[in-house]
Amino acid sequence: MSASTLNQPNNPLDNTGWLATLGAWVLAIVWVMPLLYAFWAAFHASEYATEFSLTAPLTLDNFATAWHAAPFPQYFLNTIFLVFMILGMQLVLCTLAAYAFARYSFAGSSLLFSLMLVQLMVMPEILIVKNYQTLSSLGFVDTLFGIGLPYFASAFAIFLLRQTFKSIPKELVEAAQMEGANTLQILWHVYIPLAKPTYLAFALVSISHHWNNFLWPLVVSNSVESRPLTVGLQVFSSGDQGIDWSIISAATLLTSAPLLVGFLIFQRQFVQSFMRAGIK
Amino acid sequence: MTLSSRHIQAYLLLLPAFVFLVGFTHYPAVATLIDSFMSTPRGSRPAQFVGIQNYQIMIEDPVFWKSVMNNLWFALATIPASMAISIFMALWVNNKIVGRQFLRMSYFLPTVLPMIAVANIWIFFYTPDYGLINQVLQLVGIKSQNFLGDPSLALMSVTIVAIWKEAGFFMIFYLAALQTLSPSYKEAAQIEGASPWYFFWRIQWPLLMPTTIFVLVNALINAFRMVDHIFVMTNGGPNNASSLLLFYLYEVGFKFWDSSYASVLTVVLLSILAIAGLMQFFLLDKKAHYR
Repeated sequence: MSASTLNQPNNPLDNTGWLATLGAWVLAIVWVMPLLYAFWAAFHASEYATEFSLTAPLTLDNFATAWHAAPFPQYFLNTIFLVFMILGMQLVLCTLAAYAFARYSFAGSSLLFSLMLVQLMVMPEILIVKNYQTLSSLGFVDTLFGIGLPYFASAFAIFLLRQTFKSIPKELVEAAQMEGANTLQILWHVYIPLAKPTYLAFALVSISHHWNNFLWPLVVSNSVESRPLTVGLQVFSSGDQGIDWSIISAATLLTSAPLLVGFLIFQRQFVQSFMRAGIK
Repeated sequence: MTLSSRHIQAYLLLLPAFVFLVGFTHYPAVATLIDSFMSTPRGSRPAQFVGIQNYQIMIEDPVFWKSVMNNLWFALATIPASMAISIFMALWVNNKIVGRQFLRMSYFLPTVLPMIAVANIWIFFYTPDYGLINQVLQLVGIKSQNFLGDPSLALMSVTIVAIWKEAGFFMIFYLAALQTLSPSYKEAAQIEGASPWYFFWRIQWPLLMPTTIFVLVNALINAFRMVDHIFVMTNGGPNNASSLLLFYLYEVGFKFWDSSYASVLTVVLLSILAIAGLMQFFLLDKKAHYR
């Protein structure tokens, strides 16, 4: 749309008045304030946590203290493993299901589709009590695999991919069929490459969601070996650390750092992914 | 390829995903409903059918009602506030404005950060005496408030954090919708000399209606499942003043280990989500009207 608007004369409705600009900036500053504060506290000694002075010396001690005060390296590995295990399973399972919904007509397809959509409303974390019982009867309590299990099939991914697959021209598929490609080859060589933007969008949404997920991992994990970062941070900050803001801020930044850095680098893709995921 | 083998192929493609969908969504939803009419198995005593006894316990439980009322207030505050703010954000960053990149990044930032992490920082903002908000209040001569420790302020304090967290997320949906609107509306409005306010209310707002419904349903669902910050900030306290339904459900299920009472609470939550689902289904049907 930018190409078409660029050539047109300036429309006053495109401009923002000074009052609105001021409002937008005040809001933005309020919105980044918590993060700015966390940076301040984390990089200064604790006596400056509540005292703002430009001459306060910078330090990295808080990060070192936080890093050694709790098994954060292990938590990091746990979260990374968890996030990519979930994403990998989601991509495989949901691609297959989306393909069936997009290009097959079979008895009960609309019923199954509606049943699938129920998961958009009823997330696994609402059903924690029963899902915990299921997990314990399968013997997966207190494992990373158990934390990931309920998320392996994502209605959201199936829905997004089905929309994308449906938009792929049938001619491309027919051409592949003429060359003798079978179903899975067509999926692999035609559908998946053309759906790359959707995969990227879903991957960013999925990674940030599961990196941040808390309630279900809290219920399932019970040891350092299975605790993701969010639960680890909660255990750490509610422990005997009490109210050393500088160390808690450092731990908080550590926990969010990969997402934060990723967001700052891939800002456009992030915003576009969420946009793409939101347009139904 | 025969017709029936194509059928079988489709079912085979769906099977793996459906094992997990049914296992962790449909089965537990139905099983929870059944469990809500049973007693909690304790030691050697297996679960027994107890009829509506668990529901009667719920109706007489003041903490349940407190959590319901808290959650209703939480929803009534977060939904309109986060939606209104998100519309402003989207309109601003959709226009020409100084520092557009920075503004969009700032608004969206809370969405990507873990709630559990940012809640820690918000605790500091709310700290009595030397917390940031209280420092500002004291500057203008208002005495320090114990935001998280005062029963009359705790719910409001966690509500504000939820609004802060959500508005930027909803902004994305409005921004996406605004960018699909044809520029000719704007040109026509300009030729007619419409004010920005008039242009918004008469043209953009009605065209954004499908997005508003979509965001509304999402905001409603989130209002009943966003509890991470409660764990960090107040633990539902003081005296259940900031307990929300899902938080109370967690306490009943995993602190008091009363699984049948937790099942009843889950049924209540499921009913609320079902209402949200039906709302989306019926309201979005009218979407065609605007397109």
